Amino acid sequence: MKRRVLKFSLSLVLLALSFASTSGAAGNSPSVAITIDNFSFTPQEVRVKAGTTIVWTNHDDIPHTVVSSDDSSFKSKALDTDDKFTTVLTKPGTYAYYCSIHPKMTGKIVAE
Amino acid sequence: MADETKDRILFDHNHDGIDRRGFLKCMAWAGTGALCVVEGGVLKSFALNDPAAKHAKGQVSFVQISDSHMGFNKPANPDVVATLKAAVEKINALPVAPEFMLHTGDISHLSKPSEFDNVDQILKSAKPQQVFFVPGEHDVLEDIGAQYRERYGKNTNGSGWYSFDKNGVHFIGLVNVMNLKAGGLGSLGGEQLEWLERDVKHLKHSTPIIVFAHIPLWTVYPDWGWGTDDSAQALSHLKKFGSVTVLNGHIHQTMQKVEGNVTFHTACSTAFPQPKPGAAPSPGPMKVPEDRLRSVLGITSVQSVHGKHALAVTDSTLA
Repeated sequence: MKRRVLKFSLSLVLLALSFASTSGAAGNSPSVAITIDNFSFTPQEVRVKAGTTIVWTNHDDIPHTVVSSDDSSFKSKALDTDDKFTTVLTKPGTYAYYCSIHPKMTGKIVAE
Repeated sequence: MADETKDRILFDHNHDGIDRRGFLKCMAWAGTGALCVVEGGVLKSFALNDPAAKHAKGQVSFVQISDSHMGFNKPANPDVVATLKAAVEKINALPVAPEFMLHTGDISHLSKPSEFDNVDQILKSAKPQQVFFVPGEHDVLEDIGAQYRERYGKNTNGSGWYSFDKNGVHFIGLVNVMNLKAGGLGSLGGEQLEWLERDVKHLKHSTPIIVFAHIPLWTVYPDWGWGTDDSAQALSHLKKFGSVTVLNGHIHQTMQKVEGNVTFHTACSTAFPQPKPGAAPSPGPMKVPEDRLRSVLGITSVQSVHGKHALAVTDSTLA
């Protein structure tokens, strides 16, 4: 019985620790969310600190991609509904991007 | 209203110009809902029933299908397999059996091998076994179209363009879904345009030309990317021909436009409809009541008629 209680408490502690680390405790980079809805990136323009994690989530019923216009900084696979793409821009600069399947969809990230 | 337009040629370039009511209906896409496709049924055309026209020179009879999006399974159509099969049944029931088929792209939804395999499997039941393809943007994801070309583009040039002749009619398959630029529309590119110019250079002006490509080769609605940046150059190479028909897909609804000797026509999807230009916030899949779905999906049959300038282009919905 004692051992069971010990094991249980231990796993509770471990669980609590893991929650602490995913909830953005000191030392982790903050993240910015961009949603893809109705063939648009929202917000269309974001300003972030260099090193920020950027996460795109596709809410459309059709796949989209996230591709930097310089063709090298970041490039996602085709994202189906609810798929996500993540990137971290460590270098400051302006990153224009678009959806390579529907190129009229454009967005911009300014990393400072 | 539905009965008036059923079983009627809504567009005929040869009789005294145009069936005016039909022409205006085709042009008035902005919210009237009176597009040729919505009225359903097979349009009666003198061409379809004329047995004498069948095998003379310059005669072709084929079907265009488009946008099967195999792999799509969202609310707008949870069963694109069933609707593609229904399209094949429709083709097999046509009064004049088509000799071959054109598929104007978005064969698959996510360029997955299983999606292409499923379409191939379903098309095996179609009477016309010969199918000519051009890719849609959904067919060239991840691999710059390598898989598409391996499956459907064996004897093509560049990213998959080619031409062939059927009974004196010259067919040209173009690819306008590669190397799309941010903020742009569809794109043919310099290499393909130069090939096109050479390809038609020595053809007689009287040769009927049929061009097929995924994205419309005229500017249907730029805000939604419904057009091709450099299509004007392509059309300039076809200026000398007396009859040019352009068949496209991509917009998942029928639409037609005439510009001099060029007739542009877009086909329905066999998978899901999309809204009319500007009628919704975006061009995504459009959900309609389940019992209406098959009336907004369809196929297009095309027949040339002996002695006539333009082709008889007939849209049929699945229900």
